[in-house]
Amino acid sequence: MRPWLSLFAALFAGVAAANAAAAELRLEVEIPRMAVAEYHAPYLAFWLKHADSGEIVPLGLWYDDQDKWLKDLRLWWRRTGRAQSKPYDGLTGATRRPGIHSVDFSPLPALAELPAGDYELVVEAAREVGGREVVRLPFQWPATGNKTVRADGEQELGRVQLRLAP
Amino acid sequence: MKIPPFAGTALAALLTLSPAAQAHKLWLLPSHTVVSEAQWITVDASVSNDIFDVDRPFPLQGLTVTGPDGKEAPVDHRFEGHRRSSFDAELSQEGSYRITLFRPMYMAFYQLDGERHRRRGDSAEALLREIPEGAEEMRLSEVMNRLETFATVGAPSDFKPVGKGLELQPVTHPNDLYAGETALFRFLVDGEPAAGVEVEVVPGGSRYRDNHGALTATSDDNGEIKLHWPQAGRYHLEAAYSDDRAAHPKADGRRLQYMGTFEVLPL
Repeated sequence: MRPWLSLFAALFAGVAAANAAAAELRLEVEIPRMAVAEYHAPYLAFWLKHADSGEIVPLGLWYDDQDKWLKDLRLWWRRTGRAQSKPYDGLTGATRRPGIHSVDFSPLPALAELPAGDYELVVEAAREVGGREVVRLPFQWPATGNKTVRADGEQELGRVQLRLAP
Repeated sequence: MKIPPFAGTALAALLTLSPAAQAHKLWLLPSHTVVSEAQWITVDASVSNDIFDVDRPFPLQGLTVTGPDGKEAPVDHRFEGHRRSSFDAELSQEGSYRITLFRPMYMAFYQLDGERHRRRGDSAEALLREIPEGAEEMRLSEVMNRLETFATVGAPSDFKPVGKGLELQPVTHPNDLYAGETALFRFLVDGEPAAGVEVEVVPGGSRYRDNHGALTATSDDNGEIKLHWPQAGRYHLEAAYSDDRAAHPKADGRRLQYMGTFEVLPL
């Protein structure tokens, strides 16, 4: 079992029980296939940024357990990564191969306590010997109904879709 | 095909077999390329993801600095550090110097007990003797990588082709490159113009960009490519070619790679 799955299970067991009607925040992210000689799956970081205060809520990190490359997630590194150490905040897990992946951040305790307001969900991708890209999805919390926010990356990320439910 | 990761040495990168450009790039970076009097220059050598920012050293075996008279120029202070190799070269005469690292090798690939292996060596015979008994699907390949850069005292002078492996024959002189101009380079394989050589050119400073910003080209029937220099700076050029003209009868082919550093000056 991947480490984040066990973390997920643990979090879910604790939080879902206490907060059965938890609001939903799910992300679908596409990692594009690249026609390159040397391919490494990208490192991805996810976090929320409060629009007014700029406060950061780390949501997750996909990496291959090699701290060496974490600095290449330059924005994440500056905003939160460099102040952390293992285990990194949020749902951490291994890198993903090209394709569409979904991740449900709803069980995170940080979300249960998230103050109402305007936010951006930020996704940053950095690929060894490849490029780096940041995609931002603005949204309001809590959601007033079922909402979908979508943004498209140009190089390192494909379609990124955020699904919200109250 | 999945190849298990090599020991993370720079030499491994030097020998990597890939028809297309490698991302862990090997390079030589001269301190000066255009000078107006005789002097020493210093050259850094490294393999890195960030172009012209050092990361790992590599052995300097096979290094030659050839002067305008065709003779070897003095090299001093050879050094292999933790993050780069380095050496000094004396440019004592007027004209152009070619700084080359060329070390032909053989690589053997085989399966043993269900696992994929590879070995490298200077001599095909010695390498073949090292292959353990019971090895299957053995394949031998010749690898010729040329790593190069240039420097000139005074007016540029011409270079004679070496006639071995993949090389760049400057039509536009490599120390006469200026921003906004277009250079013409010809690729030779064993001294003959080679069509279909794949070329990738990456401007230095990739650490400060979100992508490599590579320019690509393929050599035409005369072995030629044209490169327009968008701005001044140092560029890393990588060219690759493969054929079946390996010297050893048991080798099934040859992989040829050329890696050059070119400085483009502002006017």
